[in-house]
Amino acid sequence: MDEPKLVKLVNGEKGNIIKITSINLDGVMRRRLLDLGFVAGALVEVVRKSPLGDPIAFRVSQTTIALRKEESAKIEGELVSSGK
Amino acid sequence: MGNEYRIALAGNPNTGKSTLFNALTGLRQHTGNWAGKTVSMAQGSVPFKDKVFQLVDLPGTYSLFSNSKDEEVARNFIVFEKPDVTLVVLDATSLERNLNLALQVLEMTKNVVICINLIDEAEKQGIKINEKLLMNRLGVPVIKISARNKIGFPLLLDTIDRIITGAIECHPAQMKYSDEIEEQIRKIEPKVREMVGDRISSRWVSLRLLDGDEALLNELNKRFVPEGVR
Ligand SMILES: Nc1nc2c(ncn2[C@@H]2O[C@H](COP(=O)(O)OP(=O)(O)OP(=O)(O)O)[C@@H](O)[C@H]2O)c(=O)[nH]1
Ligand SMILES: [Mg+2]
Repeated sequence: MDEPKLVKLVNGEKGNIIKITSINLDGVMRRRLLDLGFVAGALVEVVRKSPLGDPIAFRVSQTTIALRKEESAKIEGELVSSGK
Repeated sequence: MGNEYRIALAGNPNTGKSTLFNALTGLRQHTGNWAGKTVSMAQGSVPFKDKVFQLVDLPGTYSLFSNSKDEEVARNFIVFEKPDVTLVVLDATSLERNLNLALQVLEMTKNVVICINLIDEAEKQGIKINEKLLMNRLGVPVIKISARNKIGFPLLLDTIDRIITGAIECHPAQMKYSDEIEEQIRKIEPKVREMVGDRISSRWVSLRLLDGDEALLNELNKRFVPEGVR
């Protein structure tokens, strides 16, 4: 079996489904992301990328949430499905 | 007044708190400011049997860690204004997300009722919810309601009444943390209890302090440390 491919959320393509493995942030920022549902093990779908790639909209735990680059660059996960 | 009790409505944004509030209080409502806070919350009364429940509609938040003004207001109300019962309104169609806040409230205060709202919508989507199992796991009453269709209200009001009279006792489930964190809690909890007494959960305060929650520390200073000592 192939090794799962690790990607940062910021590099996800529209339609990708990514299973979060790590959130490399501390303090209030980390707390906020956890509260929004970006927890290890959660499945996140890349819903929409704006032309400049910032912000990016994600679907997580039945809600769509937009993250800034600074945040999505710090969250990493396994690419579960490319959605194509 | 001796027969008035304060009931807080907490929950994620858009879970139907205000719909529930309006359906229960009808025209018996007004807005008020609490303890000089700029955010105003709707209040309204619900007569039930020999009592009057004073409902307070808190701002909807995903969390209660005071990341924002709304979260701070909701949290301070639950912790420091000490409502007799706190209702946590959940959206039945996204329980996973909503339970985050519910678990936070269970750590903060004892008398909690979990209201699983939009049960009509959940049924439409084929979602089945085992409230007995949830009740066992969470240690507090769990009631399915539809605020919009006024379903489940008699049981909800009766449950609030029975918590107030003591006929129902809540034992909110407490999260257990890693050994390291539990060890630290054991160290500081006795000192915290000396300061806050039984008025606030000393375990919860200890956890927040370990997390470096300065907003809470300031609030505690304001409320518990005499002027000259601060
Ligand atoms: N289907 C259905 N919809 C409901 C029910 N209760 C509330 N809603 C709808 O859910 C939406 C949000 O309701 P609100 O009462 O404004 O939610 P809230 O929790 O006060 O929202 P915030 O104040 O923004 O946190 C409205 O469109 C309501 O009509 C219900 O039992 N069933
Ligand atoms: Mg509302």
